[in-house]
Amino acid sequence: MLDAQFIQLLLAGLGTGGIYAMIAVGFNIIFKSTGALNFAQGEWVMMGGLFAAVAVSEMPVWQACLLATAAVTLVGWLSDRIVIRPLRNHAPLTLTLVSVGLAIASKSLVMLTLGKNPQGYPGLSGARKFEVLGAHVDAQTLWILAITVVLMLLTHVFFAHTRYGTALRAACANPEAAALVGISHRGAIAASFALAALYGGLAGAIITPMTLMSYDSGAMLGFKAFSAAMLGGLGNLYGALLGGLLLGVLETSIGGYLTTQFKDGVAFLVLLLILTVRPQGILGRPDVVKV
Amino acid sequence: MLSKFKGSSKTPAVARSAGASLRVLGLTWLILAVWPLVAPNDYLVSLGGTFFINLLLVLSLNLLVGYAGQVSLAHAGFFGLGAYTSGVLSASLGWSPWAGLAAAPVLCALVALFVGIPTLRLRGHYLAMATLGLNAILSVLFVGLVGITGGPNGLIGVPSFTLAGWDLGVPAAFFFLAWTVAGLAMLGLRNLVQARAGRGLRALAASDIAAACMGVPVLRYKLTVFALSAALAGVAGSLYVHQNNYASPETFSFFNSVLLLVMAAIGGLGRYWGGFLGALLFTALPELMRSIHDAELLVFGVAMIVVVGYLPAGLAGLLDNRIKRRGGQP
Repeated sequence: MLDAQFIQLLLAGLGTGGIYAMIAVGFNIIFKSTGALNFAQGEWVMMGGLFAAVAVSEMPVWQACLLATAAVTLVGWLSDRIVIRPLRNHAPLTLTLVSVGLAIASKSLVMLTLGKNPQGYPGLSGARKFEVLGAHVDAQTLWILAITVVLMLLTHVFFAHTRYGTALRAACANPEAAALVGISHRGAIAASFALAALYGGLAGAIITPMTLMSYDSGAMLGFKAFSAAMLGGLGNLYGALLGGLLLGVLETSIGGYLTTQFKDGVAFLVLLLILTVRPQGILGRPDVVKV
Repeated sequence: MLSKFKGSSKTPAVARSAGASLRVLGLTWLILAVWPLVAPNDYLVSLGGTFFINLLLVLSLNLLVGYAGQVSLAHAGFFGLGAYTSGVLSASLGWSPWAGLAAAPVLCALVALFVGIPTLRLRGHYLAMATLGLNAILSVLFVGLVGITGGPNGLIGVPSFTLAGWDLGVPAAFFFLAWTVAGLAMLGLRNLVQARAGRGLRALAASDIAAACMGVPVLRYKLTVFALSAALAGVAGSLYVHQNNYASPETFSFFNSVLLLVMAAIGGLGRYWGGFLGALLFTALPELMRSIHDAELLVFGVAMIVVVGYLPAGLAGLLDNRIKRRGGQP
């Protein structure tokens, strides 16, 4: 059971899963603050990778990744400022449809400015590989896992123990009541877009060395991560981590042991199954309303 | 869920369906019939056929999103399911294309029920989420089942429709086949929205609780409309595959489902002529923007934001207002 191939697949799956988890947190934050599904989430992932690919010719990889993440965070904030804020009092369905337009516009702007060629760059430790219990593992996979764990811990601390995180949660839970104690809903939505873009951009910047990135790879990554968010429980921070890691391992092991041809369908089959069996997700509370 | 979305329009529901006048529809269809005679070449004639196929797609999506308030992100998938069903039956099994045209909507409706029964029970975006997954799965199957679908190279050797010895693969002949089917669909939509069931649908789009209180069988209506909408997309798929004698998986990607949704929104969600205008734009814009092809997506994206955010009744709404201001019959 614990042979080299298994360990290799497990670690690769956890790496992919970490990426899904980070993107899924982005989905969750915006879902919590607006009730909408943000279609632009995947495009921000794509931007993280492509921006870093542009920056990497001028500076070390780690700086390029940080700079790209900061740039995507700015894009997320601007998306809210320009597109979402004037419409924030609309129904969630309207915001979801608007985010579809936002995603298409963002994607085409990236295509028009940065071109259509897939981009890549070396990982944070170059192309180094490690041997773990006989399995060959990319150093970048370990970086991704480490970054995921640290980021999740920071996110937990932010939302559970800081003033701003608590304010953000309050504004999402009950905008009117939060406004009464001086928390601006407008500011909370702006913060949630910037934060969600940060998670997406960082995920894109650190996955690109493993998979390459082109202007049209955002949607697939985004929606696999969305499946992960649903699996764990939409809107649940710990659900995003659990769902992401589970989905990553499941997808990689099905790709490794069964079929590579249908691997890309696994995430979406999981999505359909979870919607049928347990729409609130693994960690979600059963507050889903039946008609 | 959709109340705010439609609420900004002050027009009451009755006046809104006034656009569905039989006279205007008949006249429009008669004018459209002239197209094969005036179009300068075969390419433009077959583009006319493509327009009717797009019309079926956008109209069926408009029915689901605009009238029933549910979002499908799998319409390109249903389109593909119809195309591959009809195409495989005739190309590999030697069935008549007409049998394929009948089988495609049935299979699409069954798949829609399979996905709709668990998810339409739940209030919220759940159908959108499930159909997002469904389209991705269908795409993976179209590419992966190489033995049946031809895989990434596409399905080749699909025969055209024939009728009593006529080859309906000729652009002008196919035009009239698609003209007829799309005309029937427009007529059917008119009858549906003016009937009791259509009013029930609008009611459940505005508030399913209120609709249920008034005795509208909410789940059954939602399911029926979703199945009907998927079946129409299946018909479009069957027409498409026998028009082009070919089907390729990219045509049916998730992204094209999103584009169809954009077209339905720009045309005018919940407006009778919304599907028509959306399909017109979807067919004509790529032709008009051929020289600046890459900017097309940017136009679609920005148009989606502007229309959904600021003109929720879309192009059809603009047109309605203009006609009303002139005091003419809508």
